[in-house]
Amino acid sequence: MSITLTINGQKVTVPAGTTVLEAAAQAGIDIPTFCHDPELSKPGACRICVVEIKGMRNLPPSCVTTVVEGMEVETESADVVEARRTILDLLLANHPEDCMTCQKFGDCKLAEYAYRYGVRKASFVGDKSDFPVDESSAVLYRDMNKCILCGKCVRVCAEIVGRSVYDFTSRGFTTKVAPALDVGLGEIDESKCVSCGSCVAVCPVGAIVEKNMMGKARPWEVKKVKTTCPYCGCGCNFDLNVKDGKVVGVTSNPSSEVNGRHLCVKGRFGYDFIHSSDRLTRPLIKKDGEFVEASWDEAIRYVAYRMKEIKEKNGSEAMGVLTSARCTNEENYLMNKMARVAFGTNNIDHCARL
Amino acid sequence: MQLYRAHVLVCGGTGCVSSGSKKIEQALTDELAKQNIDKEVKIVETGCHGFCEMGPIVIVYPEGTFYCRVAVEDIPEIVSEHLVKGRIVQRLLFKAPVTEEQVPSYKEIAFYKKQQRVALRNCGHIDPEDIKEYIARDGYEALAKVLTGMTPNEVIEDMKKAGLRGRGGGGFSTGLKWEFASKSPGPKKYIICNADEGDPGAFMDRSVLEGDPHSVLEGMLIAAFAIGADEGYLYVRAEYPLAIKRLKVAIAQAEEMGLLGENIMGSGFSCRLHIKEGAGAFVCGEETALMASIEGSRGMPNPRPPFPAVKGLWEKPSNINNVETFANVPVIYLHGADKYASVGTEKSKGTKVFALTGKLRNTGLAEVPMGITLREIIFDIGGGIMDDKKFKAVQIGGPSGGCIPEQHLDTPVDYDSLTALGAMMGSGGLVVMDETSCMVDVAKFFLNFTQKESCGKCIPCREGTKRMLEILEKICDGNGVPEDITTLEQLGKVIKNTALCALGQSAPNPILSTLRYFRDEFEAHIYQKKCPAGVCTAMLEYKIVAENCKGCGACARVCPVGAITGEKKEAHTLDTSKCIKCGSCIEKCKFNAIVKG
Repeated sequence: MSITLTINGQKVTVPAGTTVLEAAAQAGIDIPTFCHDPELSKPGACRICVVEIKGMRNLPPSCVTTVVEGMEVETESADVVEARRTILDLLLANHPEDCMTCQKFGDCKLAEYAYRYGVRKASFVGDKSDFPVDESSAVLYRDMNKCILCGKCVRVCAEIVGRSVYDFTSRGFTTKVAPALDVGLGEIDESKCVSCGSCVAVCPVGAIVEKNMMGKARPWEVKKVKTTCPYCGCGCNFDLNVKDGKVVGVTSNPSSEVNGRHLCVKGRFGYDFIHSSDRLTRPLIKKDGEFVEASWDEAIRYVAYRMKEIKEKNGSEAMGVLTSARCTNEENYLMNKMARVAFGTNNIDHCARL
Repeated sequence: MQLYRAHVLVCGGTGCVSSGSKKIEQALTDELAKQNIDKEVKIVETGCHGFCEMGPIVIVYPEGTFYCRVAVEDIPEIVSEHLVKGRIVQRLLFKAPVTEEQVPSYKEIAFYKKQQRVALRNCGHIDPEDIKEYIARDGYEALAKVLTGMTPNEVIEDMKKAGLRGRGGGGFSTGLKWEFASKSPGPKKYIICNADEGDPGAFMDRSVLEGDPHSVLEGMLIAAFAIGADEGYLYVRAEYPLAIKRLKVAIAQAEEMGLLGENIMGSGFSCRLHIKEGAGAFVCGEETALMASIEGSRGMPNPRPPFPAVKGLWEKPSNINNVETFANVPVIYLHGADKYASVGTEKSKGTKVFALTGKLRNTGLAEVPMGITLREIIFDIGGGIMDDKKFKAVQIGGPSGGCIPEQHLDTPVDYDSLTALGAMMGSGGLVVMDETSCMVDVAKFFLNFTQKESCGKCIPCREGTKRMLEILEKICDGNGVPEDITTLEQLGKVIKNTALCALGQSAPNPILSTLRYFRDEFEAHIYQKKCPAGVCTAMLEYKIVAENCKGCGACARVCPVGAITGEKKEAHTLDTSKCIKCGSCIEKCKFNAIVKG
C-alpha cells in the first residue's frame, strides 16, 4: 500500500510504514539527524530532526514518525528552525571550543548543522562537562566532553558487533557513555572491547577518533582509495586515506558490499606495514648463505626450475602446498589448480585447518 | 470469631509511624493487658487516615472518637477513662482552628467534611494485612461480579461509561486505554500497575498501597480480565518498603484464597501478579521507561508510538494504570458506572486524592469530588494558611505542574481547567505557598528536581533544563539581566515542543506558569535586585533599626560571624560585609529591631 503526503508543499508517494525522514529523503529534502542510523534501532533521542506536522501536537521527530495519508509536513518552518537552532545552541554550550585541532574538523555533523543554521557560538554560559579523556585504547581516542550522547556507538556495539561494550551511565546533565564500571576502553579484560572501531565509524562528532590518524591529515587533504583488505579472505572493502602518496589512515566505505562500514581491528588499524622500512619490496635469493636481491623474472625462473627439478627427481608426491586464509577464493582456486595440474599432487591444504 | 466491645484503630501510615504510632500501639497493648481488658478491646493497625498533621491518630470505635497527636503518656488515660469508664478524653480531641471547639467525631471535622473517599475508602478503617477485613468491606465482590457475569467488552464499556481518567497525571480515558489493549492481537498480554510515585510531596499511592493493597490488586485483576492479560507487574519504588511488604502479604493472602493466580474463583480466568522494585529513578514513572526498567534495561523513555497497548512489556500488548486509578476500579463495578459518573464534572468524573503540603494548617491527604474549587480544598479542608499569613500561590501537579495565583482559586478543579491555567492535575500534589515564598525560588526548586531526574536521553531536556536552572540561579543570586526572561520563555517553549517524554515536555511548566502569574517578582529580582519575599539571600540586607534596639545584646551573642557589635543598652550596629544572612539575629530579637530587605 502506498501513501501520499505533502512535504514542504511537494507531493510524495511512499510505501506504508515509511518514516517522514525517509519520505523526505526520497523527495530530495535533507533533514538533519544525529542519532538516526538506517542500520540501527531508532531511539528518537536527539530531536534535531523534528518537523512540523499539521494537526499534531508539539514538533514530532521525523525519524520515528510514520507517514499517514494526507499528512502535511513542513521541514523548515519558523518553529522547526527555532527548535533546531536552540538544540544546536544547547549542544555547543556543552562542547569544547577546540574545532581548530579537532580530528573531526571538516567531517563533523555538529559543525555542519551549526553552519547550516547559523549558530556561531553558544549563547548560554554555564557548566561544561569535564570528563578525563580516555586514551587507554591502543587505537581509539575517546573524549567524552565532545560527545553529544546520540548513542550510536552504544547501539552499533550492541546491535551489529554484539559486544555491548558501551552504555549510558549516570543521568541528566552528567550522563556519559562508558564501558562497564567506567573502565578505560583499553582495559580490555574489563571493557571487552575488540578495537574493531565500528563506534568510530558511526560517531557524528569528534568524541571517538582513530588514534593513528590524529594530526595526520584533514579530510579534504586526503584522497580516498577504495580497496580490498588483504588480511583475510572475507573481502572487506574500505577506503585508504592517502595524503602525499602515503597511506595515513583507513576509513569505512559505506558502499562496501561485503562489510558495509564494519571492519575488524586489523583491517581498520593494521596498515602500518605499508610504509614499514622492514617490508620486503624486492625478491631475495639465498646465495652462499646470504640473501641477495634479485629481479622478479630471475626469482620466478629460479622457483620454477627448482620445482621441476624436485618433481623429476622425487615425484609429485614429494610436493605439497599450503595456502593462506589471507588469500581470496580466486587465489586459493588458482593454487589448487597449480597443485593438482602443474605439480600433479593432491597434497594441498590451508592454514585455517591447522 | 471473637467479638470485642471496642476497637482501637491506631494509624500505621508512614506519617503517623514517623510521629510515633508504633510506640503508641505498644503502649496500648501493654496498658490493655495491665488493666485486664485485652480480651474485650481489639487494637487494629490501619493504613493512613490522611490527616497526617494531627498524627499519631487513634480512633476508638464504636463511638468513632477521633484522638489526635496522641502521646505515649496519654495512653493510660485513654484506657482508664474512655475504654474502662466510657468517658471521652476531651483534651485529645481535635480542636476546630477558629472556634477552638472540640470535635469528637471523625466526620464532623472540617478536614473530612468536604471529602468523599472512594480510592481511600478503606484507608484507616481496616487492617491492610488482613484480607478478611477487605472482604468484609465488599472487597473482591466487584471481581466476582465481573468474572461471573460480564464479558470483557462489557467491562470495558462500563469503564468508558464511568468516565474514569488516569490518576497518574495524564488523565487519559481508562476505558479507551483498556479497549486499545484488548483489541491488540496476541496470546500474551500484561497488566502493569505504576506505583513509582515520585512527585515531591505526593503520597496518595503510598497510602493506598499501605492502607488498602487489595483494592489495587482487585482493580488490576478486573483490568487484566478486560484486556485478556494473564500476568502482571506492580512497579513499586524501593523507597516504599512498607507498601512492598503489605503488597507481598496481600498477594500471598489473595493467592491462598483463590482470588489470584490460577483459575480465580473457579471462573477459568487466571492471572499472576509480580512485584518489581524500582531503583530510584523518577523517570521510571513514565510508562515506556517503566517497562524498560522491568525488562532489566536502563530506565529511559522510548518514543511513542508504538504505544504500550500495541507493543509494551517485552513487546507484548500491555496496559499500564496508576495505583489510584486501579483503586477506583472495583467501586465502579460494585455500585455501577452511572453512580460513579454522577460525581464530578462533565469531563472529569469521580474523585481525586490530593496531597496537601506547604504552608497549610491541615496538611495530609484529602480525597475530593472533581469540580470542587481550589479555595475549598485549601481553606475549608486545608484550614487556610498557617500563622494567618497571606495566601500567594498553589503549586499543583508536582514538578510538571504550575503555580496558580489567588485570582484563579475559584476555578472548579478538573483535568482540563487546570491545564488551561498552565498547571496540570498530575498525580495530585498540592503545595501551598504564602507571602513568604519567593516564586522564582519555587520555580528553581521544581526545576532543580526535574533537571536532576532527567534521564539524559534527549538533548532539549538534558541540556535545556540545566541551562534554565542556571539562569534561575543567576536571577536568585542577583545577577539576572532583562534578556533572561525572554531566554527562559524561548527555551521553555522549545523544550515543551521537542522533548521526548512527558517529564521533559512538562519540565518548563513551573517556570512558564510563574512567569505568567508572577512576572513582577522576576522583574523585581532582575531590575531592582530585590527579592520581594525576602528569600533569596544574595539580595537581602539585614539592618538594625536604631530606635527599636534596646541594646540587649541577644543578637550579637547569637551571630555566628560577629557581625553585630554595640555597647550594652545602646543601639547596636550590623556590619553588612561580615553578615552571612543566616537570620539567627531576627529570630532572637524581641523588639523587631532587625529587618531584612
